[in-house]
Amino acid sequence: MGCVSAASPVEVEPTQTPDEITLTARPWVTIVWNDPVNLMSYVTYVFSKYFGYEKKKAEKLMLEVHHDGRSVVSSGSREEMERDVQAMHEYGLWATMEKQK
Amino acid sequence: MSGFTRHRRSGQVIANFTGFEAELLRSLASQLVELLRNEAAVPRDQDPFEAMMDFSGPTNEPEDPVLARLFPTAYADDEEAAAEFRRFTEGTLRDGKSQAAIAIIDGLEDAGLPPELTEEGLHIDVELDPDTAETWLRSFTDLRLALATRLGVEEGDEAFWHALPDEDPRAQAHDIYEWIGYLQETLVDALTD
Repeated sequence: MGCVSAASPVEVEPTQTPDEITLTARPWVTIVWNDPVNLMSYVTYVFSKYFGYEKKKAEKLMLEVHHDGRSVVSSGSREEMERDVQAMHEYGLWATMEKQK
Repeated sequence: MSGFTRHRRSGQVIANFTGFEAELLRSLASQLVELLRNEAAVPRDQDPFEAMMDFSGPTNEPEDPVLARLFPTAYADDEEAAAEFRRFTEGTLRDGKSQAAIAIIDGLEDAGLPPELTEEGLHIDVELDPDTAETWLRSFTDLRLALATRLGVEEGDEAFWHALPDEDPRAQAHDIYEWIGYLQETLVDALTD
């Protein structure tokens, strides 16, 4: 505090690529898991409605859940991800959160 | 019945149920409300006095498999964080889900479903604004999750259910599960139309 010599509040390793820096800034992810119950149309609807994703992106994520068993649907701070996981549970989707690998 | 449709001019979501169908939905929604209230949403294994003084919320996964599915564990590898998450969210989620189920019951009764179904040939026309329709949509999910958990529904097992004899109670329950799935599909269409 009160020190003006620091040019940036975040210490960034000069060897990091821009992609890695983005990862560091969004350290948590929300994962939605496949279940035998939820309809494909409903899961797509939830992704567009709650996250505001375009239909194409919402469908891509839904298909990932369906075919791969899971999909990372959002990333951000721990608090943001807790909100997203709670919202997914409200919609009846099976969601968990974890630190970005 | 033909499921839900969106009324072009008013934007309302409409559906027509037979008295029998409306009664069935009300009964399932009531059972869900009961279940959500039944298993005490308080921490277990506590001193009785402490338990009474603790209003914060549960920290353990519910014992009932339906409730465990409705309120999944948020952190797979961190028990402590999972317990904290549950403490702060499960109560709110339970309330939200039971209010959503009550919205179905109220909607059907407002549309003319009597406390006890006696009249034959009764038809119930529901007309929902988009927000209420989404509430129904969410609750249909909860009802389907509940039925599927009780039945043990698994991925790609349709042939098993359809091969059961009609008089098997599981076949009847599965028919109801599929019917609510159909309602839900038409409701998603109506809302994204």
